[in-house]
Amino acid sequence: MKKTMLMATAMSLVLGASASAETLKWARAGDALTLDPHAQNEGVTIAVMHQMMEPLILRAPDGNLQAALATEWSVSPDNPEVWNFKLREGVTFHDGADFTAEDVVFSFERALSEESDMKGIISSVASVEAVNDYEVNIITNGPNPILPATLPNIFVIDKGWAEVNNVVDVQDVEGGEETFASQNVNGTGPYKLVSRENDVKTVMTINEDYWGKDEFPMEFTDIKFTPIQNQATRMAALLSGEVDFIQDVPVQDLERIKTTDGKKVLTAPQNRVIFFGLNLSDELLGGNVDGKNPLTDVKVRQAMNMAINREAIQQVVMRGQSQPAGMIAPPFVQGWTEELDSYPEWDVAAAKALMEEAGYGDGFSITLNCPNDRYINDEAICQATVGMLAQIGVTVNLEALPKAQHFPLVNGLESDFYMLGWGIPSYDSEYIFNFLYHTKGELFGTWNGTRYSNAKIDEMTQAIAQEVDLEKRDAMVAEMWQIVKDDVVYLPIHHQVLNWAMDGKVGAAMDSDDQVKVKYFTVD
Amino acid sequence: MIAFILRRVFQSVLVLLIVGLVAFAMFSFVGDPVENMLGQERTQADVDRLREQMGLDQPIVVQYWTFLGNAFQGNFGLSYRQGREVSQIIAERLPATLELAFVSGVFAMLFGIGFGVFTAIRRNGIGSNVIMTLSLVGVSLPTFLIGILLIWVFSVELDMLPSFGRGDTVDLGWWTTGFLTQSGLKALILPSITLGLYQMTLIMRLVRSEMLEVLRQDYIRFARARGLREKSVNFRHALKNTLVPVITVTGLQLGSIIAFAIITETVFQWPGVGLLFINAIQFVDIPVMAAYLMLISVMFVGINLIVDLLYFAIDPRLRVDGTKGH
Repeated sequence: MKKTMLMATAMSLVLGASASAETLKWARAGDALTLDPHAQNEGVTIAVMHQMMEPLILRAPDGNLQAALATEWSVSPDNPEVWNFKLREGVTFHDGADFTAEDVVFSFERALSEESDMKGIISSVASVEAVNDYEVNIITNGPNPILPATLPNIFVIDKGWAEVNNVVDVQDVEGGEETFASQNVNGTGPYKLVSRENDVKTVMTINEDYWGKDEFPMEFTDIKFTPIQNQATRMAALLSGEVDFIQDVPVQDLERIKTTDGKKVLTAPQNRVIFFGLNLSDELLGGNVDGKNPLTDVKVRQAMNMAINREAIQQVVMRGQSQPAGMIAPPFVQGWTEELDSYPEWDVAAAKALMEEAGYGDGFSITLNCPNDRYINDEAICQATVGMLAQIGVTVNLEALPKAQHFPLVNGLESDFYMLGWGIPSYDSEYIFNFLYHTKGELFGTWNGTRYSNAKIDEMTQAIAQEVDLEKRDAMVAEMWQIVKDDVVYLPIHHQVLNWAMDGKVGAAMDSDDQVKVKYFTVD
Repeated sequence: MIAFILRRVFQSVLVLLIVGLVAFAMFSFVGDPVENMLGQERTQADVDRLREQMGLDQPIVVQYWTFLGNAFQGNFGLSYRQGREVSQIIAERLPATLELAFVSGVFAMLFGIGFGVFTAIRRNGIGSNVIMTLSLVGVSLPTFLIGILLIWVFSVELDMLPSFGRGDTVDLGWWTTGFLTQSGLKALILPSITLGLYQMTLIMRLVRSEMLEVLRQDYIRFARARGLREKSVNFRHALKNTLVPVITVTGLQLGSIIAFAIITETVFQWPGVGLLFINAIQFVDIPVMAAYLMLISVMFVGINLIVDLLYFAIDPRLRVDGTKGH
């Protein structure tokens, strides 16, 4: 009864809203780099594409997986390496073509091709086969219990359209040619592309034939997306009403927006942890220590972990806009526990005692590499850390660089002490161990700049990727987290907090990945 | 004459080549574009493959040589960031920058000369002192701050003018213009003032000091003694004689208006080549950076060449020297 009433209200709201045209004027710092769904695995690009294209399975703003182009999915009972997907029937692309299994097969093959930037996310997929027009099988390399969680950003496009417009292959930047797919879209999504000027604006309008038109609010009939790079200008555009929804809100302006009539701020934990990595190999690259690397002594690492005052960073540097962290996984990730996320209490005396015990009572010096244009207040966090570590005798030289110079240092193993941030698109711990804790190599540990190498962790990382018994898997994950926590491989600092600011009329559905799905938005 | 031009053209080409080499030497310090081009899940093999494909594993001199060879054939490559042809992107963006530079140039000339004459004639008036003091502020405040102040006052508080973008533009095929729509014209006001303010104060101070100089001349006194009207003396006789240096300076400043547009364009999200360049630096988009720097140096070299040739045309003494030979 209650449910039907709710439905009725929802329906009347939908009907009422669709009578009048409402445009969502949306701005954020950067523009989508391309509209080719498999060419760039980059946040803004994917956020823009989500309005126009759809994956088999969508991650709803609440973080749960939701049926999109697939209605049901399950592991084949006979073979754990086969996932079966039932596709939604009666869906059409924006140009009117029918959506069928061959489009799914085509899109996955495209996403898995060498030029694709998305192939890393679905590297466990061996092949995709159509069973009939509305059913596909995805065959994985070894069982993959979390395959559905890797699919929400793999968009499906029309095979026929791609063939006609000669965009079967993903654009190759060095190929020398601009492709049709980088500027045009033919998806099944709730909004259609009207026009696009790179770095100026992208205009979209509602797809009247959308399959989920009655299931989702879809109260905005049009979207005008504009990149505004300068944060003061972005703020001004919101306050003057030229845009009604902004992302990348500068933390120092939050109070001002909150106190302005008719504007509001929404806050949610972000899917990004900020932490420091340490060189755990036998020798330091720089600093004043000859011979043995002090960081290899776990006591030194514990001391550093203890000397960092995370609450002070939260209050002073982040103005309250962060959540101190003890592990590199935000709370909604499979494997997170409150206990693992706890961090040592700030205690300079105890930290000093540990340094003394380790034989470094006089301290040592080290260089900290820090990005200055990647994370919220990244350089300021590093500066605060320099002061905190000085209290236990560790002299830190701060070297802050733009991200394009910082990341090569981390990946080239040219840093002793560095800052990094990590987001977990699959919402599962395996992703973190795979990239950050596994011994660095060709396929695993690609972002492990610490030189940490633990045979047990390596073995378990590869084991959990294929473990289908979820209870057993959870136990393994918990054990792994405990090992790396005891080893103090990284020094986690905090979980970033996400802020969106908007006009009072915008009912936004916030999303921990900082992606926007306008079909869930309402007009208040 | 021809020898003079040839010599200057030869020098210009040399300057361009050197600018290119210096630019390429600098690109290696900007960072690694591959980090921005591949997602978080990339493997080392992907990185190596892309580096090799883009020729980033080659020495800088080889990269520069390849760029020159392609540029000579009119091919500036694809933008790493947008995956589109650099020449096309620049062609799309250039009208925005040129229109902005033109309007702010006109603004700087009109108000610069106007205020200059006014402050010279009423040397001790209150108005002159106010203008002179304000002009000091205009010179000493950084451009981005002026831009943000203007946005704050005229967009947020007074709600009169747009804070960002170009407004509606009309596409003429090879040129997009904001001159033909009301929102386009409104959008030009704040960025033009921001960009032109420095040039305006420069011209104003130049006109003022030249005017003061000229007004002391005997022929002005005679004109006054003859009982000519004050207006006629000031504008017909005095101002005309101050304009020669003003025009020279303005011509040379034109290049820097276009080059300085970078900051103004960033503040106002103005979709011109300056904003394009800033984005390219952040992304380490080497083809765009290279093409932009070449474009700007061609422009500077070109303007200087034209100014030299104009001197040649205007100043008879130079011409006599030229025909005589050395």
